[in-house]
Amino acid sequence: MLYLSIIITAIFINNIVFSQFLGICPFLGVSKRISSALGMGAAVTFVMTLATVVAWLLQTYILDPCGLQFLQTIVFILVIAFLVQLLEIVMKKSVPALYQALGVFLPLITTNCAVLGVAILVIQKEYNLLQSLTYGVSTAIGFTLALWIFAGIREQLELTAVPRGMRGVPLALISAGILAMAFMGFSGITIG
Amino acid sequence: MKKYLRLLYNGIIPANPVFVLLLGMCATLGTTSSALNGLMMGIATAAVLICSNAAISLLKNVIPDKVRIPAYIVIIATFVTVLQLAISAWMPALNASLGIFIPLIVVNCILLGRAEAFAGKNGVIASLIDGLGCGIGFIFALTLLGAVREFLGTGHIFGYEIYSEDYGMLIFVLAPGAFIALGYLIAIVSRLRGLSSNT
Amino acid sequence: MKKLASTLPNMILSLGIITVLSGLLLGVMYTVTKAPIEQSEREMQTAALAEVLPPFDNDPEAEAQSVNVGGQVYEIYPARMDGHSVGVAVKGVTMDGFSGEVVIICGFDNKGTVVNYRVLKQAETPGLGAKMEMWFRDPSGTRSVIGKSPGIQNFSPVKDGGDVDAITAATISSRAFLSVLRGAYEAYRQYAQTQGMYIPAVSDSHTGASTQQPTDCHIGSSVHS
Repeated sequence: MLYLSIIITAIFINNIVFSQFLGICPFLGVSKRISSALGMGAAVTFVMTLATVVAWLLQTYILDPCGLQFLQTIVFILVIAFLVQLLEIVMKKSVPALYQALGVFLPLITTNCAVLGVAILVIQKEYNLLQSLTYGVSTAIGFTLALWIFAGIREQLELTAVPRGMRGVPLALISAGILAMAFMGFSGITIG
Repeated sequence: MKKYLRLLYNGIIPANPVFVLLLGMCATLGTTSSALNGLMMGIATAAVLICSNAAISLLKNVIPDKVRIPAYIVIIATFVTVLQLAISAWMPALNASLGIFIPLIVVNCILLGRAEAFAGKNGVIASLIDGLGCGIGFIFALTLLGAVREFLGTGHIFGYEIYSEDYGMLIFVLAPGAFIALGYLIAIVSRLRGLSSNT
Repeated sequence: MKKLASTLPNMILSLGIITVLSGLLLGVMYTVTKAPIEQSEREMQTAALAEVLPPFDNDPEAEAQSVNVGGQVYEIYPARMDGHSVGVAVKGVTMDGFSGEVVIICGFDNKGTVVNYRVLKQAETPGLGAKMEMWFRDPSGTRSVIGKSPGIQNFSPVKDGGDVDAITAATISSRAFLSVLRGAYEAYRQYAQTQGMYIPAVSDSHTGASTQQPTDCHIGSSVHS
């Protein structure tokens, strides 16, 4: 029941983009086409899951026992940068097809604050390893969902006549605002 | 001197990090539920930006090209942690209201962006001025957005009542209002810039 | 000075030196800020205690006790003046808020009346649930809980048959807030029984009625409703 609650909360109620404001840069940057939105979503899911688990292990077995909690930010960001780099090398060598599809998005993930944000949040919420993993995966699914819906909307927006000043980012932000209102409808749902 | 003034001005209006370059959106949207929060977040980010710009331009010759990004990240993360410790020691209330967005200054694209585009290539003084200009631009943008949201949402600006809170449109303090207010502000700024370049 | 070439020893050396320097800087900063951080955390609680309790001259934090009510742990801080009890402060936590944890410290006098409260931690919606710090002390209507007792009034939102006006459009936050106060009151009653103090009336939030006979059957049952 607890896990179901974590999943529903992370995907819908506290959606990472619409209610926590994390990962806005890729949300605005790569949401022009549905195909690239899904690619980015898949890459983020991969890195976020891995990064959350590694960050949790580091915090529990190295930072906490040594009383080095104040190094959290610097250690986590380096872990994420390292993981992204490693993933790029491994993918290029072993699964070139997947690298072709996701490669361009990988370097962008280092500065995706959603990844660092989730790694810090699971520590703040004092989740155990399995809960952290669940939270990481569901948050990434929520991110992909948001990106996917938004890309669909933007593809349609391209076809409409819009006043010059509103073209591009301003209109995208306002659409995102309306989408965020729709997601607010999920709030207040309690599970269990 | 004139060169420095132009550098300073450039970051504030023509290349405003939020309204024009569209960088650092997460902190912009997440921390501007009131003008004061926006101002504080702007100052925190600007402080890190000035320090990291100066440090990176000082060290640029001893950082080999291939490892410059990890090196920049370490430098930025160090300053962010220093700030985080200082805030939780001396301003605990601020720490509570800005929450997770303080450690997330690390991944604010403005910092790495200015390091890569400016501080890694220019001298210390020019980099300091560049950091100051962009920092003021960021503070200005966040405070403006915070003030607009606070005014429309609660009828206050910086906590001073302009009209009764009962008539406020609460949606502007909540998440959707952040997107909508920023969308209109960017539209207004780009319209104004379009006008000034046409005439 | 010429830029260093990207050879392996150069890269390792340069990254190593930068990391060591930043480690040093952080270590210094950590030792400098350690004491102030701990102090500000302590002061926040001490200040809250002074605010929610009647004047006292002991150190409530030194005499703190934990009481378990229906699986929830409440911290009890007894306040004394010249050795006589003047009331207790109770710190309670709930996860039933709109978004995450709500931590409240509430002061009761010897008769079980609420002296004052402070919200120590909450992440409720700004402009809605986040108003709980001010709302429940506002004397207009039946919002205020100050000077009332959960043993006499029913500390539930009017919507649920209670006696307290919920925050407009934030019923969930209001329910969470009032449930902590009810739980804190039960914790206070349990504590009063063990200390041989005056035992205030039991509260019954389910029926909306209050009974004056002290019975144990409601302990725990009124926390989650």
